[in-house]
Amino acid sequence: MIVDKVLDAKGLACPMPIVKTKKAINELESGQVLEVHSTDKGAKNDLTAWAKSSGHELLKHEEENNVLKFWLKKG
Amino acid sequence: MGEKKKTTIVLFSGDYDKSMAAYIIANGAAAYDHEVTIFHTFWGLNALRKDEQIDVKKGFMEKMFGKMMPRGAEKMGLSRMNFAGFGPKMIKDVMKKHNAMSLPQLIEMAQEQEVKLVACTMTMDLLGLQQEELLENIEYAGVAAYLADAEDGNVNLFI
Repeated sequence: MIVDKVLDAKGLACPMPIVKTKKAINELESGQVLEVHSTDKGAKNDLTAWAKSSGHELLKHEEENNVLKFWLKKG
Repeated sequence: MGEKKKTTIVLFSGDYDKSMAAYIIANGAAAYDHEVTIFHTFWGLNALRKDEQIDVKKGFMEKMFGKMMPRGAEKMGLSRMNFAGFGPKMIKDVMKKHNAMSLPQLIEMAQEQEVKLVACTMTMDLLGLQQEELLENIEYAGVAAYLADAEDGNVNLFI
């Protein structure tokens, strides 16, 4: 997968992961992919809901050493 | 952009914790691309106060109110477990540990995200607060302006 931008949101608490993700995706073109790293336990539900409502596609997510990783395709 | 969703929040409370909740929701809603309005009334106006003393002409009652109310977000108390000001110190410590944003930071972030901050002019008069004492780049309005935003709103909260 080609990742166009990586956002490190590790250590940030609600609402920052979603605020930063929004800012980061604004800088991408439609179809480009953003990779987000977060340690916020709520991030999975938050990002899934946010992507759905904002018209972006959550391609994949995985957890690695307590870091949640997400790949979002801009809609 | 007529199809943008709207979030409107009435912030009535002047408590640090409740204001935090209001501003976290506002920032979240802004990230959802909503048009967000926070309408500050009564004690909620204190969140918009500048932290320094501003020289303005006031009557006795207005001066007293001004002295008794927290001057700015940083000085607000907690709705529970305030312990005469010790509670806020404890919670701010815990917040730092968990990397949570402070209320002043959340307000700044909201302004950055173009959340519309509105001060209710009627209650400003009651509490003797003047425009010079409040933050820059906020709006002044009454119930009708709030309802205009809220009537086609998707999320509407009273905190």
